[in-house]
Amino acid sequence: MSKEEVPKDFEPNIVAFLCNWCSYAGADLAGTSRIKYPPNVKIIRVMCSSRINPLFVVNALQQGADGVLISGCHIGDCHYIYGNYYTRRRFAVLRELLKYVGIDPKRFRLSWVSASEGSRWAEVITEIVNDIKKLGPFKKFQRVLAK
Amino acid sequence: MKIGVYVCECGINIASMVNMEKVVEFAKDLPNVAIARWYKFMCSDPGQETIQKDVKEMELDRVIVAACSPRMHEPTFRGTVEKVGMNPYCFEMVNIREQNSWVHTSREEATKKAMTLIAGAVSRAALLEPLTRTKVGVTPQAMVIGGGIAGIQAALDIAGNGFKVYLVEKSPTIGGRMAQLDKTFPTLDCSACILTPKMSDVGRNPNIVLLPNTDVIKVEGYVGNFKITIRKNATFVIPDKCNACGDCADICPVIKPNEFDMGMSPRRAIYIPFPQAVPNKYVIDEAACIKCGLCKKVCEPEAIDLDLLPQEEILEIGAVVMASGYDIFDAGAAEFYGYGRYENVIDGLQMERLFSSFGPTLGDVVTIADTTKHPKKIAFIHCVGSRSLQEGFNPYCSRVCCMYLIKQARLYKEKHPEAECILFYMDIRAFGKGFEEFYCATQSQPGVRFIRGRVAEIYENPDKTLTIRAEDTLLDRPLELDFDLVVLGVGLVPKKDLLELSRLFNLSRSPDGFLMEAHPKLRPNDTFTDGVFLAGCVQAPKDIPDTVAQASGAAVKACGILSQSFLEIEPIVSFVDEAKCRGCGFCVEVCPYTAIELKEVNKFGHIVLVASVNEALCKGCGSCNAVCLSGAIEQRHFKDNQILAIISTFTKGGI
Repeated sequence: MSKEEVPKDFEPNIVAFLCNWCSYAGADLAGTSRIKYPPNVKIIRVMCSSRINPLFVVNALQQGADGVLISGCHIGDCHYIYGNYYTRRRFAVLRELLKYVGIDPKRFRLSWVSASEGSRWAEVITEIVNDIKKLGPFKKFQRVLAK
Repeated sequence: MKIGVYVCECGINIASMVNMEKVVEFAKDLPNVAIARWYKFMCSDPGQETIQKDVKEMELDRVIVAACSPRMHEPTFRGTVEKVGMNPYCFEMVNIREQNSWVHTSREEATKKAMTLIAGAVSRAALLEPLTRTKVGVTPQAMVIGGGIAGIQAALDIAGNGFKVYLVEKSPTIGGRMAQLDKTFPTLDCSACILTPKMSDVGRNPNIVLLPNTDVIKVEGYVGNFKITIRKNATFVIPDKCNACGDCADICPVIKPNEFDMGMSPRRAIYIPFPQAVPNKYVIDEAACIKCGLCKKVCEPEAIDLDLLPQEEILEIGAVVMASGYDIFDAGAAEFYGYGRYENVIDGLQMERLFSSFGPTLGDVVTIADTTKHPKKIAFIHCVGSRSLQEGFNPYCSRVCCMYLIKQARLYKEKHPEAECILFYMDIRAFGKGFEEFYCATQSQPGVRFIRGRVAEIYENPDKTLTIRAEDTLLDRPLELDFDLVVLGVGLVPKKDLLELSRLFNLSRSPDGFLMEAHPKLRPNDTFTDGVFLAGCVQAPKDIPDTVAQASGAAVKACGILSQSFLEIEPIVSFVDEAKCRGCGFCVEVCPYTAIELKEVNKFGHIVLVASVNEALCKGCGSCNAVCLSGAIEQRHFKDNQILAIISTFTKGGI
C-alpha cells in the first residue's frame, strides 16, 4: 500500500470532547490569556470525560473527522471523584482497537488539562494539529451512506 | 421547531475576529432557524430584551446565543428566556470568544469556525428537551474552614445574620497569621489589639460552634445539603475542665520550638500557643509527648486524659466558606541568602515575632546570634521567592511584602532612631489606601535607604555580621555592605494541605496553587462548587482589609443560601428507560455516588431487575450513560442523540 500524498493546503478537522470542569475551563483560560492556537479543533462540552462513549470517537472518524481529542481533569482531580479513571481505561482499550483496524493512533489523543493550564491546552492543540497535518486527511474508515 | 440565533459582538472582542454579517446570514439558512441577529452586547438589557421580544412574538422554541463561554453567561441567558416562559434548558450557548476570537489570528478562519460551532448548536438545539429543576430543602447552618481573620470575619458575619456556624480550625487556637503580626501597615494599628476582641467575640457568640484541633476529612452532598465529616483530633485535655492555669506546662519535661513564635521560643509538649489563644485551653502535642504522665499528676481540675481518641462527627451544612489561609515561602529555598545557615538571616514573620510585645523577646528586636545586641544596620530584602521564574519560586507578586518590610523598617527606626535600615527592592508596590503615603513618609526618614536591585549573595563574617553583595541598578554599580541583621521579605504560598482540601470540595486551583474563583473579576467569592465560597488568602495573597472585605462577601453569599427555604438543583441527571434496561448493573458499578441501584420490576409477568436512579444523589457526570450497552440509561441534556448531532455537524466536511 503506497503512502498517500498529503495535500499541501490540508487543514485537518478535529473534534474534541472536553469535560466542563477542568479542560473546558482550561480552554477558556487560554482564551482569557489570549494564547493563540490553530482553529482546527471544534469543542463539544460534556460534564465529565467519563460521559464520552468510545463510540463517539469512532462515529466522528466515520463521518469524516481527521482526528479526535478527548481531554479531562488530571487523574486524581476529577470533579466526579473518579470519572476520569474510567475515561483512561476506556480509551486505552479504544486505542488498541483503532490500531487493530489500521488507524494511526496519532489521530486519537487523550490528554489531561486542568482549569489552570491554558498554555498547556494551546500546546495540546498545536501538537495534535501538527501530528494530523503530517498524517493527511482520514478517508479510510468512512461510513457508507445510503443514497 | 423555531430556533432563534443571536450572535454577540462583545464590543470588538468577537467582532474584530468574526464577520458578524457572514455568520448571521449563514445561520439564517440552517435548518429550523427562524431568526438570526447580531448585536453589540447580547448580555446587556437591550440585547436580552431583543431575545425576549422574539421569543414572545415569533413563538420561538429554542434560543441559541453565540458569545462568551457558557461558564460565564449561560445562567444569564437561561434566566432571560425563562422570564418569557421558555424552559431554560431549551437554551444553548456557543462559545465564540474564549475558544474562538481570542485564540485565533485569522479573521477568515475564526469566522468559519464560528459558523461550524453555531451549526453544531443548531443541530443540538432541536433535540434539547425541557427539564424541570427539582427543589430541595436547605440546612440553615454554615461551616467556615480556617480560623484566621478571614474565617473569624466570615463566621461572625454569618452568625450575626442569625445562622449557626461551625468554625473549623486545624490548630489549637483561632487567630491565624494575623495573631502573629505586630503592627499593621499603613496605620500601625496593633494587630493583636484589633484581632483579639474579634477572637473573643467568636468564643462568646452563641451561634458559633468553635472546633479547634479539627480536620475536615470527607465531604458529601451538594449545595444546601452538605454532609461534612470532621475529625476532632485528640488533644488529651478535656477542654471543659481545663482552667488554663499552666501548672502542667511548668512540669512538662519536653521542650520543643514554639511554632507560633516561628521557632524562636521554647514550648512544652503540653502548651498553649500564645496567652490570648481562643479557646484558652492547653493541648498536648502528641508527636512530642513522652506520656510520662507528670502533667496528669499536677492537674488539679483533672482535665488531662492521655487515653483520649480522635472523634469523628458528621455535620449537616448548607454552605461552606473556605478560609484556610496561606503559608509563607520557605526562605531556605533561596539558598544564596543563607537562611537556616546564617543565624542573623531571618524571614519577615520571624521579624514580626521579634517586634511583638508577646513575642520571644517581648518586643525587643535583637540580633539572633547575640540577643543582647540591637542591630545597628538592618537589610530588608524584597521579593524573596517572588516574581521569579526560577524553579520552586513564585512567578506572582504576593502583594503584602513590600509594605510589611517598609513597615518593619519604620517601626525599627521609631525604636532605634540611630539605626540604619536599607531596603533592597525590585519595584515598590504600594497600591492600597494610604500605602503610597506610608512609603513616602518612611522614605524621607534619615537612615532609611531604598536601593533598587536584587541581592546576589550574602556571606557570614566571623563576628556573625553579614556582608551583602548586590547591585544598585539605578546607579549601575555593584555594592558590598555589612549588616547586623538581614530580614527576608518572603512571599505567600498556598498551604501545604490545600490540594487535599480542594479535592474534598472539588475546587479548582489557579496556576499559582491558590483556589480558583468562579470569575476573576465578577465572582471573586464564588467557586464552581455551588455553596462553597472563598475568603482571604486561600484565593490569592492579599492584605488584611481585602481579606476582611472578601470574608464579609463570602458570608453574604453563604447567608444567601442559608436564608432560602428551598433551592433548585440542576436537572442534568441520569434517567432509565426501563423497557431497554437489561439489568446488567454496569451503571451501578461505575456510579461514583451510588446513585443507581437495581430494583425489581414486573415485565410482562416476569420479575426482572432494572436500574433505577436516585435523582437527589446523581450529580450528572454521565459515566453511566457511556457504559450502558443497551442505551437504556441516559444523562439528561447530554443525551446520545444530542451529542451525536453535533458530531455529525462538526464532521460534515468541517463546513
